[in-house]
Amino acid sequence: MKLTINGQTQDRSGTCSVATLVAEIIAAQRGVAVAVNGTVVPRSAWGQVDLADGDRIEVLTAAQGG
Amino acid sequence: MFLPENGLILGTGGANSLAALEEAVVASETTLVTVALRRVDAAGPGLLPMLDRLGVRVLPNTAGCYTSGDAVKTAQMAREAFETELIKLEVIGDERTLLPDGVELLKAAEILVADGFTVLPYTSDDPILARRLADAGCAAVMPAGSPIGSGLGISNPHHIELIVQSVDVPVVLDAGIGTSSDAALAMELGCDAVLIASAITRSDDPAAMAAAMRHAVTAGRLARAAGRIPRRFHALASTQDDGIAEW
Repeated sequence: MKLTINGQTQDRSGTCSVATLVAEIIAAQRGVAVAVNGTVVPRSAWGQVDLADGDRIEVLTAAQGG
Repeated sequence: MFLPENGLILGTGGANSLAALEEAVVASETTLVTVALRRVDAAGPGLLPMLDRLGVRVLPNTAGCYTSGDAVKTAQMAREAFETELIKLEVIGDERTLLPDGVELLKAAEILVADGFTVLPYTSDDPILARRLADAGCAAVMPAGSPIGSGLGISNPHHIELIVQSVDVPVVLDAGIGTSSDAALAMELGCDAVLIASAITRSDDPAAMAAAMRHAVTAGRLARAAGRIPRRFHALASTQDDGIAEW
């Protein structure tokens, strides 16, 4: 399946939950938020939400800013 | 109360390094600092652990949003990421001035208030818009003294005073402060706090400037409470004429 993660497309085989994807991208959990196709996925649901072909995923965290 | 007791909120944008930022946070003695939300690959590591270590609270912003829809989504992501209802709501109108788009700002504020957020909107120095935001349920209003990063100070002090008179929520002077006298003036005008980023983080010595701002905020707050003398067109001698010698 094809995923777009923070603007970069990625081909993957098999199923992949939000939790699995986040763990691959960033070690920390606190300070991280995920949206799939523009909808926020609460942290408590990361393990239950499987990603599907064509999904657009945003994984955001704290950056310096006023 | 979400505002720091010492009246100084530090914006973390513009610092050269995390180490310089950390020194500024410590010197400011603030308990509340802003952060932005960005893609993990662009954000760089270490900011949140450092702020956690210092024990300061995080005020996430919606910097970079031009529409109410984008700002609402960013606020929802921030709540999820930082487990806080606090949001510094920014909806800007154009990149040249970075001034707020009042229409989009009010729309986003209404949505976020209804969704349970503690909304702190970055607004213009328009007293009517400030009142509309307060009426919409915002927890504070944060008027710009002048454009973000400009260091031009408070371009319309009268409007800031009018805002202080017009709303029942705290007023935070946000944006435009260039040096410590600007911060003192904001407090003398009746603001409850100031939010400073560039004037501290982009100064030659951020830690020293943070200390200067902290003292300025304290001085301005004390002066406001003490009650300044009225302005007079002509002089008023402070020494009595009675008993003056004749030559």
